Amino acid sequence: MTEPQLSGWGRVPVPGQELRSEDLARLTSDAVLTRGLGRSYGDSSLPPASRPVVVATPLADRILSFDDATGVLRAEAGYSLESLYHDFLARGWFTPVTPGTQFVTLGGMVAADVHGKNHHVDGTIGRHVRSLRLRVASGAIVECSRTQEPDLFRATIGGMGLTGHILEVELQLVRVPSPWIWGEMMRVANIDEYLDALKASAAHWPFTMGWIDCLSTGPAMGRGVLQRGRWATPAEAPREFPRALIRVPVPVVCPSWVMGHTVGKIFNEGYYRWNRTTPARVVHPAKFFYPLDALVHWNRLYGRRGFTQYQCVLPEAAGRAAVKQLLELLTQQGAASFLCVIKDCGEQGEGLLSFPLTGTSIALDLPVRDNTQSVVDRLNEFVISQGGRIYLAKDSFTRAEHFRAMEPRLDEWLAIRRKWDPTGKLRSAQSVRLFGDPA
Amino acid sequence: MNVVVLGATKGIGRALARRFAERGDRVFLLGRDPAELDRSAHDIEIRANSKAPIGFAHCDLADPDTFGPALAASASALSQVDTVVVTAGDFATQPALEADLARTRHLLTVNFTNTVLFCEEVRAQLFGRGGTLCVFSSVAGDRGRKPVILYGAAKAGLAHYLEGLDHKYRAKGLRVVCVKPGFVKTSMTTGLKPPPFAGEADGVAADVVRAIDRGQPVVYSPRIWQAVMLVIRSLPRFVMRRIEF
Repeated sequence: MTEPQLSGWGRVPVPGQELRSEDLARLTSDAVLTRGLGRSYGDSSLPPASRPVVVATPLADRILSFDDATGVLRAEAGYSLESLYHDFLARGWFTPVTPGTQFVTLGGMVAADVHGKNHHVDGTIGRHVRSLRLRVASGAIVECSRTQEPDLFRATIGGMGLTGHILEVELQLVRVPSPWIWGEMMRVANIDEYLDALKASAAHWPFTMGWIDCLSTGPAMGRGVLQRGRWATPAEAPREFPRALIRVPVPVVCPSWVMGHTVGKIFNEGYYRWNRTTPARVVHPAKFFYPLDALVHWNRLYGRRGFTQYQCVLPEAAGRAAVKQLLELLTQQGAASFLCVIKDCGEQGEGLLSFPLTGTSIALDLPVRDNTQSVVDRLNEFVISQGGRIYLAKDSFTRAEHFRAMEPRLDEWLAIRRKWDPTGKLRSAQSVRLFGDPA
Repeated sequence: MNVVVLGATKGIGRALARRFAERGDRVFLLGRDPAELDRSAHDIEIRANSKAPIGFAHCDLADPDTFGPALAASASALSQVDTVVVTAGDFATQPALEADLARTRHLLTVNFTNTVLFCEEVRAQLFGRGGTLCVFSSVAGDRGRKPVILYGAAKAGLAHYLEGLDHKYRAKGLRVVCVKPGFVKTSMTTGLKPPPFAGEADGVAADVVRAIDRGQPVVYSPRIWQAVMLVIRSLPRFVMRRIEF
């Protein structure tokens, strides 16, 4: 029999296996790592080689309490955003922060301290987490919050599951005036215009983000489509609840040319032409927040070798010159990508390894090729020189010394982690790579 | 509709109880662990936005003495029971069972004898004037296969019993739904390598609710397994002796 394999969303596998159960408390008693729905791209939810088993939370998905007056929700770690959308949007409540897919669990969202289109206003999910229940390395079950074990709380938000197995999450939901989005599209001719528009939009719109064509060069470099929106008012919104969207699976793993340069050129040209500037109108919330969820298994498009996503944030101080330089660097490396998403970030959150900081976040999908390691190295060197950093939930290529150079908060985080896990029991393939944990 | 679910705290039973409650059916939960039942009842109340609390009672397939009181509690909570669903059951791999006779005895007893006894009590106690009895057998019961000989034998016996019930009592108002799930990614199958066409609990639950509404006597889920098992049933023995499926 072949050895079982496990991979992140980028489909680069390691030997490993998931264990699923409704009973997380039992499963985690001896485990080294817990994962949610496996939507982190790289190796953060993959086990170290010597302990190739990961606990998976999706079956531990019960809601434990919900207060209709305050919107405080407490649920087991495997409760997914897809369920939250289904259970609460029609009742006028929603998650205050959502990443670009609803196939994530509460536990996974906390571990990666996810952000969304509203980061410039509402921060990361961590800001809205009230309390966490963890199984720490000693086997004890610990409740932590801003007042109870605050260090453990700060280290766990964005801590990639390395401070303890997240068992339960208490989250503050937000009231929404309707389940629909009021949004508009803006086509912009180049990166300067794009960044201007992004900044101008941030002042008036809670949700902003956009796609840029990083395969175009010269004066059209960074042309793109900016999307902005807010929740529709009851007067603007249709009376009915948004209908469930049809999802189409990518049935097979595609050959690598599918996401290659030529197809990318054609796609980007078409996408740019297709999306004209439109006046504000009602938009389906799932289309607005989760456009890629309509294409189930879209990660299969990237072929047998899989892909990685490179996401970094460049600080405000580095200016837009840095954003342009990064795009030029990409073109030079021949790494210009099919999909490139740029968004502005607000203030850094309290999570000690939380990704966003005030500045501009750039995310691009890179098919894994022979030179991927060196491309990521070059990009990382540039990001370090600008005082930026990368997002662990996407990463599988960054070198330990590069991460250390990006992350001044690392020592504080490591110290708290060591206090709760002196023997280094909890670890992942990523922590082996980045923090020198035993394989 | 008023529904009793045995095995409601986990897996497909959990997903079914949620689906019934969310569409407005009244549900009553049966299971082994009162603390787990309480947690699940609460989860369902919130998901279904139900004003009335969801009731539950202790019932253990390993202990037939619990059946009577559990069914009495269901009947008094719901006043009338329209549907009883049994998802509970035991599972172990063929090698584990071959290595341990006591384990085998337990599995055969729970999955066949006691499940049948439970159904008989439901029929006698609750369904004098009809109702729907939905019980989980398995594709493992469709043919004697190497990886599931003992488990499959119990499930085959159960399917046989359910077919007989259907023949005898359907005209009297008792509808029997025999569910044959294929590989479903639940805690029962965790650690096993999922074959192609593996399903998720909620998808199976959706199929089962539909089958109950229609009174379909046999339902495969995910549905592709009906075709898979059609092929498997038609394979000659010399092939079955060679393959490991």
